[in-house]
Amino acid sequence: MSRHAFKLLLPAATGALLIAAWYALHFWVIPEDQRFLLPTPDAILHAVRENAAYLSRAALNTARGALLGFGLAVVVSFALALLLSWSAAVRAALYPYLMAVQLTPLPVLAPICVIWVGAGLKSVALLTFVIAFFPLVVNTTQGLVSVDRNLVELFASYGASRWQQLFRLRVPGALPYFFTGLRIAATLAPIGAVVADMNAGSSAGDGGGLGFAAVIFNSQAKFPALFATALVTCLLGFLFNVVILILEWWALHHWHDSYERTDR
Amino acid sequence: MAGPPLVEFRDVTKRFGEGPIVLQGISFAAQPGEFISLIGPSGCGKSTLLRLLAGLTPASSGEVAVEGRPPAAVKGQLAFVFQEPTLLPWRTVADNVAVPQILRGVPATERVATVARVLDLVRLGQHAASYPRQLSGGQKMRVSLARALALTPKVMLLDEPFGALDEMTREHLNEELLAIHAQQQWTGFFVTHSVAEAVFLSHRILVLAPHPGRIHSEIAVPLAWPRTEETRLGPDFHELVAGVSRVLRSVERTTP
Repeated sequence: MSRHAFKLLLPAATGALLIAAWYALHFWVIPEDQRFLLPTPDAILHAVRENAAYLSRAALNTARGALLGFGLAVVVSFALALLLSWSAAVRAALYPYLMAVQLTPLPVLAPICVIWVGAGLKSVALLTFVIAFFPLVVNTTQGLVSVDRNLVELFASYGASRWQQLFRLRVPGALPYFFTGLRIAATLAPIGAVVADMNAGSSAGDGGGLGFAAVIFNSQAKFPALFATALVTCLLGFLFNVVILILEWWALHHWHDSYERTDR
Repeated sequence: MAGPPLVEFRDVTKRFGEGPIVLQGISFAAQPGEFISLIGPSGCGKSTLLRLLAGLTPASSGEVAVEGRPPAAVKGQLAFVFQEPTLLPWRTVADNVAVPQILRGVPATERVATVARVLDLVRLGQHAASYPRQLSGGQKMRVSLARALALTPKVMLLDEPFGALDEMTREHLNEELLAIHAQQQWTGFFVTHSVAEAVFLSHRILVLAPHPGRIHSEIAVPLAWPRTEETRLGPDFHELVAGVSRVLRSVERTTP
């Protein structure tokens, strides 16, 4: 068997095993009167089909909030990282406060956000921004300041300006770090958007996102639909990460050591 | 060689802040086209001397002049080759060689022609589109050399460029370096730990002594030009290597 086929077959086999264990748990372990606590995979898929219109609208709303917040986080964190990379003094002055924002739990920030910008998309985007922002700014800054000293000297010996040094040396050199931050942020953004939606979403107008859907299904004790919501949330996060991984591959594969060389 | 010197050090002292004196009372002059090696025990300030000449750090006292001007004012005439290849890993070989020209705003058409020319000089024409990680250590160093040559410098500063390479590769690169020097006639300053390398390449060898770094002696290398691999086999060559080694050992013996 080729290595490639093996790599695909392995996770498929794990998946099959997990689903089998799931059914076994449902039918053989859990007492009949409590089986509603763990709906079978087919019941969950059925709930996905049944609520397809509602769930896809909710997913779209959550994706919109997540993307907006994530995009904002990328732009703002990059600008701030440029500022932070300027000197150690700037970093010392600002880091503790950046940490403070990151350390405040989302459900605590949510009501503040609602007061400021109102419930709904704006709040979800703002809260997603807050959660995605920190790993991006920390990693990008680290990348900008970790440039090879010899390359800095080389640029100096050719009389490069500070801007040339920044955009021709530091920024491209920081790309691998930036993508590390991006991967973490891409994992956090959809989760953040869902949690934000639970705490600061709104059913008015657009009908709310996946977090709101989870709250509703839970209150109605629609467990298969709740699991279906979890599944859709998971798929959304997966999609986010796949896009980032493709972008990262595109930017780094031909030169960075984290990718295998294909020419030998 | 007559005429005004291209490079001149007049009683130069270098000290970083309140630290120990790194270089003291350095005076010498170099003619256009001259190849000078700097040799001496570690800590004798060889690399600092090159950095002064490159304008990367100022002299504490005394004067460094290139064509009668301070090095920082003539950076375009100087090229530095570091111990490491110091390439941008995200750029191709051709783009790496073009970096000095890009930084100086040389137009793209001119850049392309220059890059092709200097890559041919170091025999890396067919690797123009490769990335640094696809090259061997010797090839990376040749890219670094090509990059330095791209601005047709008047002064080449080479800080142990071949120190990390194996003996054979080093000898080949020494021969290539001399062939390029014969074409371009820049003034070369070459820091090395290898006596044989210094003898093979140089018109003159400056032996430095440490604590504080100073010029211990100056040894002329009267071997005939052009020098080839045959040069290394001759008795003159071996005699000179032995002579320089003796001087170097006497410097090291007197070092506390």
